[in-house]
Formats: sequence, C-alpha cells, structure tokens
Amino acid sequence: MSGLHLTSASPAGDAPFRDVATAHAPFRLGRLILWVAIVLVAVDFAWIVAHNENFGWPVVAAYFFNPTVISGLYVSLGLTVVAMALGTVLGLGLAIARMSKDRLATSFAALFIWFFRGTPLLVQLIFWYNLSTLFPQLSIAIPFGPTLASWDTNSVITPMTAAIVGLALNEAAYMAEIIRGGLLSVDRGQTETAEAFGMTRARALWRIIIPQAMRSIVPPTGNQLISMIKATSLVSVIAMADLLYSVQSIYNRTFEIIPMLLVAVIWYLLITSILNVGQSYIEAYYGRSDRRTGTAEKPVLAGAAVQEASH
Amino acid sequence: MNAVQSMNPLVQARDVHKSFDELEVLKGIDLDIMPGEVVVILGPSGSGKSTLLRCINHLEAINKGFIAVDGQQIGYRLRNGQLEKLSANGIARQRRNIGMVFQQFNLYPHMTVLQNIIEAPVGIHGESRQEATQNALKLLERVGLSEKAASYPRQLSGGQQQRVAIARALAIKPKLMLFDEPTSALDPELVGEVLATMRDLAKQGLTMIVVTHEIGFAREAADRVVFMDGGKIVEMGAPEDVIGNPQHPRTKAFLSRFL
Repeated sequence: MSGLHLTSASPAGDAPFRDVATAHAPFRLGRLILWVAIVLVAVDFAWIVAHNENFGWPVVAAYFFNPTVISGLYVSLGLTVVAMALGTVLGLGLAIARMSKDRLATSFAALFIWFFRGTPLLVQLIFWYNLSTLFPQLSIAIPFGPTLASWDTNSVITPMTAAIVGLALNEAAYMAEIIRGGLLSVDRGQTETAEAFGMTRARALWRIIIPQAMRSIVPPTGNQLISMIKATSLVSVIAMADLLYSVQSIYNRTFEIIPMLLVAVIWYLLITSILNVGQSYIEAYYGRSDRRTGTAEKPVLAGAAVQEASH
Repeated sequence: MNAVQSMNPLVQARDVHKSFDELEVLKGIDLDIMPGEVVVILGPSGSGKSTLLRCINHLEAINKGFIAVDGQQIGYRLRNGQLEKLSANGIARQRRNIGMVFQQFNLYPHMTVLQNIIEAPVGIHGESRQEATQNALKLLERVGLSEKAASYPRQLSGGQQQRVAIARALAIKPKLMLFDEPTSALDPELVGEVLATMRDLAKQGLTMIVVTHEIGFAREAADRVVFMDGGKIVEMGAPEDVIGNPQHPRTKAFLSRFL
C-alpha cells in the first residue's frame, strides 16, 4: 500500500525521491545551553533551601507525622470531602433549576448563586458560626403559624456544622455554574433524541446528558476541589482544628513558625498531587469514546473513519 | 401484512399550523397515513417538511389543528371533555412507539453501538438486557454492521453511524418510523448504503414517513409522494404521477433540477 503511494506522490520529474522516514532532527546547541543553565539554577536553589537552617528541616521531619498534625489533616480532608459532595449535589440541583423553564426555580437558583458567589467565604463562615446571635432558636414551623420543632442554635451550629454548611453552600454556588456550563456544552440534538425516544426528563439527564457533560465538568471541578482543600484552612478562624489550625497551635507553643508552615505546605501539596492523578484517570474514563482506535477495527481504518465522520 | 392491520389511518393531521415567532412555517396541512404505508415528503428547503415531521412526534408543538398517531392526539389529553396539555413525561409515554432517525444521526457518543441500541428497549420498554442484546445483534446484522457492536460512534463512518441510528430506532419495535433527511449529512458515496437499508425496511411493511431530497428513493420505495412548498402540500399521489408527471408548476420547477 505504501509503495503505491510513494511512487505516485512524487511530483512530475523534479525533486529526487528521499524518504522522510530517514530524516533526523538537527542538533541545537542553544537548547542544550538553556537546559544546562536552568538545571544549574534549579540545583543551586535547591541547595540553598536545603542548607538554610532557618527552614528548620529537622523540625519539619520531626513534626510531619505528629498526631496533632495528622488529626488536623483528617479534619481538612473530611471537611473537603463532605463539603464538596454536598456542594456538588446541591450545585447539580441549582444548575437544573437555573436551566428549567420554571420562573420560580430559575429565580431561586439565580438568587442563591448571586448571594453565595458575591460574598467572601470567610465572611460566610463567620456568619454561620455566629448564627446564634441572629437567631438564638432554630425552629421548624409553618410560616406565621405554629412551631413544630425547635432547637437551641448553639447546640446545632458547632464549629463543625458551621464549617460544613458554610463551605458546602459556597461550593454549591460555584458548582452550579460549572455544571450548568457542562450541561450547555452537550449538543441540543442529544436532548432531542432522548425526547424522541420517549425518555423522561430525568432519565435523559442521567443517562444521556450528564455523562457527556462530565467531560467539560471534570476539569473545573478538579480546580474547585483543590481550591476547597485550601479553603478549608479558612475554618481555622472559627476554631475548627484543621491542618492549618493544628500547625498553628504547635508553633504558638514552640515558635517554629516556618518549619510548621512547611509541614502544612508539604501536606497540601501531597494531597493536591494525588488529586491531580485521580483527575487525569477520571478524564480518561469520560474521554474513552474519543479514543481513535476501535475495539473491532485496525487503527488506520478507524482514523479514516473518524475523519469521515467529523464533517 | 397490510390487510391484517386496521384500516384506520395511523397518522392523522388536520389543518396543522405552526409558526416560529412571526414566521408561519406550516399553513394548514391535511394528511392521512395508513398503516404500512411509505410516504416520502419532498420539497425545497424551508418548505416546512422537516417541521411537519417533527410535529408528528411533538418535538415541535403545533399552534392550530390536530395531529393524532395511532388514535392518540399527540401532546394532549381529554379531561372532562376539555383538551389539556400533557406533561413532558406524558408526551414521552406517547412517543414510545415512534422511531426517529435524524439528519445528524445523533447517536449517543458516550455509548458503544450496542449500548446505543439497547438503551431505549431496556430503559424505557422494560426488556431484559439479554433479550434486548439479542434483538440488537439481529438488527445490526440486518443493517450489515454485526462486527461494530463494541465500537463507539466516533469510530464509524457517517453511513455506518446512520445505519446504527436506524437499528436503534427499530429496536423499540416502532409502529411508525420518521426519517428526517437521513442522507443529507452524508458524503455522496455513503448515501447508497443508508438508502438500501431504508428500501429494505419499506419492503417489509413498516410505516415510514421520509423527508428527503433523494428523488430516486422516492420513486422506488414510496407508496405515496407528498410535495410541499411554502408550508402547504402542493401535490400528492403515487410516485409515478407526482415525480413522473407533475401537475403543479412548483413541483415541475423543483423536479427539473434533479434531471
């Protein structure tokens, strides 16, 4: 097959036949010098950091697996998982509400998103934590009617619940927009096809639209998750013993501020690195239908088919 | 096969009007389609033929008139003698026996060919996965794509995708099949394979409404040809009459371009 192409591809009578398969990349001195220079600077920087005693690396090592630090780490991770899960579910609901034709649902979702995106998370957290000064009692009641159940606000809103509610509601507002963007990215024809086949709205969303929307939802959600891990450090202001709060409580005693912050920094970096790997697996999963090689076809044929199919 | 079925029309359309904002696309369509009949709708772009097709399964709501499929008025129900709009899920239930094939194929890109075909039978019609899979493999054989069951749509050519889309629509055992310009998005050399599949279905007594520009297909496979222009049915009859000996000047002008 290739032989046929080679003979017929050569233009009439001029350039001699030289197979590109024998071509090699030229050696570039400039690139090599750049590489050497950058590696030198990097090594030098690493050496300076490692030998600067103010970083206190032995202290970092000593406290890295300190029980207080580890329990703080668990709190940060737990908060992230719970707030992210609640935020995503709520965000999905808000996204669907915002895209619906129902005026009541759209207005509610728009108002929610407007408020929670428009105010700083730190302020929201402090508000939730101090909810009891606004409403000393929390009640379930019929509007303007009798009270069905009532609780003391201080017993309901602990630092933990304030942190979860604050982070989750804020996250929901952002996730709503991310999910809405994802749902909008799916071709209109898909919704129409699902409708034509007699699927209910819910089924079409769950089976057809959301799986396709995931491709554009996952990358910004990865961003959000990483932001969320770092945002959990804000809860240290409401006396929640997260990772940052734990290292702070240690350096308030030992005054080893920089080494203890380094402990936290390295833990945050470790977690986000693991999440990055997880994200790339999830993206590969939702991109599986995009792979060019078919299970039943040879790669070359599949490539040709893709080109045909794409116009 | 036709004789066994009832002699009531499967599709009834009466004085159907449809507007998009100011633009009136359908200006009073009357059309009856009998069970087993293959009707091809021809007409220039913008004549309203695709819109009519989409009104039949209520993908578009009509503004005036009446459309019923298999005796059911699509999109509405009678309650205490009053006509009431159905909910989205109510309409979904009415559409379950109507298959549709789209110009852009609209296969579900995240599912394999087999998953595409069994989605509606398993998820909506309550067939067992095993039963649906067996049926799907038979349908794939019928459209000549048995070896593609595990492929994803993107790995198929346009013609193959459209044949899968036809198999997917057949999998719900439809009483009525709607084809919305099924070959318009295909490269010329791929049109033939799709038309061959459709001709095959026409012979087997499936009720089909086909919107197309393929005059050859209309001549060979149609029981009746409907020619539309400017939102109205201009001419209607056997293919040898409408295509072979058109009466209306608009039909003549349209067909002359294909000679």
